Order: sequence, then structure tokens, then C-alpha cells
Amino acid sequence: MTHEMKVAAIRGAAHNVFETMLGTKLQDGVPRQVDSPMRTEGVVALIGLAGDWAGTGAFRCSAEMARKVSGLFLMQEFTAVDEEVLDAVGELANMVLGNAKTVFEETLGPMGLSIPTVIYGRNFTTRSVGHNEWTVVPFELDGEVFEIQISLAQRQHGRSAGSAQQAHVSSVSAMEP
Amino acid sequence: MALDVLIVDDSAAIRKILQRVLIQAEVPLGKVHEAGDGLEALAALKLHTVGLILSDINMPNMDGLQFLSAVKAQLATKNVPVIMITTEGSSTKVMEAVSLGAAGYVRKPFTAEQIKEKLTGLI
Repeated sequence: MTHEMKVAAIRGAAHNVFETMLGTKLQDGVPRQVDSPMRTEGVVALIGLAGDWAGTGAFRCSAEMARKVSGLFLMQEFTAVDEEVLDAVGELANMVLGNAKTVFEETLGPMGLSIPTVIYGRNFTTRSVGHNEWTVVPFELDGEVFEIQISLAQRQHGRSAGSAQQAHVSSVSAMEP
Repeated sequence: MALDVLIVDDSAAIRKILQRVLIQAEVPLGKVHEAGDGLEALAALKLHTVGLILSDINMPNMDGLQFLSAVKAQLATKNVPVIMITTEGSSTKVMEAVSLGAAGYVRKPFTAEQIKEKLTGLI
């Protein structure tokens, strides 16, 4: 599956979710490919995918964006990144990546989807074991940016597909301030 | 007549949104019970009688398809309509849910109109 196909699937899913559930339109940013762990801060929701192809999807945004999208999603104002905000971001990631997964499956075969893991913090890196090449798809909402990322690799022939939870072996490392 | 409903989803956000959508869909809501997974939902059904169940599929501890099987296996709950509401869009999952006795299947993201349409004839 090409970078462009992944970008198209993610864009279609994100526009659908945000227009249907949040009543808002997104502006597309310029997608890119990166091959190293990403240092970040804010909120990251990680979801594992497993099948003949396996990997990790991520929804990354600032704390401000997390409060904004959660507010639109739940029709209420959030002044802090609390449990409700983390839950809402996890569910948004689940919907966007779940819908993109349905498109990926047309080319890559059936995949399982894990329960989202949501992390909020400052100055940390995320790493998905064995998957270093990420497709990063940015979106703009009211002048702020969030990103959907996906890293998928074909599993070695003869190995069992396992579950999405097993494939979702991402690690999070705190960095020095 | 008011309808008691059980909403099963590991996301509290989705449970809240589904309640709002049921109101928008003009469902005559009675009590709304919530559960975060299939096990919690089965426990809730031992305490409460409901006329409709809305359930996610991808959940921890007991997923929606296992929960659906358990509901359809019990005399007290086998006739309660269960609508699956999930991001799982593969035809395999849809077929599995239907074969287990799901009354309907709605993909996330969803609109109030889509939920209303699925409820037509069930309540």
C-alpha cells in the first residue's frame, strides 16, 4: 500500500468523522513520511492494528486542540485535559483509524483493531517496535493542527497474525526537559 | 410508552452522545443504563429489564459479539433488540453480528437520522 493510498484513506475517514460527529470541516495539511520516533507533547492516542499487515495508528494533538475537539464532540466546554477529554480523543482516534482500517483491508486483508491507549504529557517519544516508517497526515481546525499517523508493515511469512492488542507494542519514553 | 435502554460502549463519550442522539431521534426514553463492556452489561441486565440495547463491538473484557451471544442465549433477554454501533465496518463482522441475532448495525460515525432509521419497526 502506497503512502498516497494511506493518506487518502486517512483523509476520507477524518473528514467523515469530523463532519458527522463534530459538525466541523477540516483543512488538509501537507502529508509526510518520517522514519524515526517522534518527540512530542500534548495528547497522543495509540491504536494497534493486526493481521497479515500490522502496526500502529496514532492521533496526536496539543492539549488545547484536545480540549477543542472534545468540546465539539460532546457539546460542552473543557477547561482542562481531564478523563472525559482523554476518553473523547481516544474515541475520535478509534473512529478515524477504524474507518481508515476498513479501506486498508481492501488491499491488505482483514485486520483487528485494539482498544485505544491515550497518553497526555510533555516531552515524550512514542516508538512502535519493528515499525519505523510513519505516514503523517496533518489537518487544520480553526488555525490549529492535529495529526493522524500510521505505521504498517507486512508480518513475516509463517508467523501467526496474533491480536491487535499483541501487535500494539508501542513504547513511550520520557525525555529530559 | 417510555423505553428503558442499555448502552454498552467502553467510551463514556460515545455513551453520552448516544443518549443525546436517542433524544434527537424522538425515542420515548425511560431509564438509560450504561455499561463499559460486555461483562458489565450482563450484570446490568440481571438488575434491570430493558426494551433496547445499543452495543459497541470492540471492547475490553467481553466484546460486543460475545455479549450479543450471551443476550440471545438467555430466555429473559433473547427477544430484546440489540443494535450494534461500531467502527468495525468489515462485512465479516456485520455478517457475524447478524447471524448472532443483531437487529441492526450502525457504523461510527453516525447521525441521529441513521439511529432513528434503525429503530423504526423495533420500538
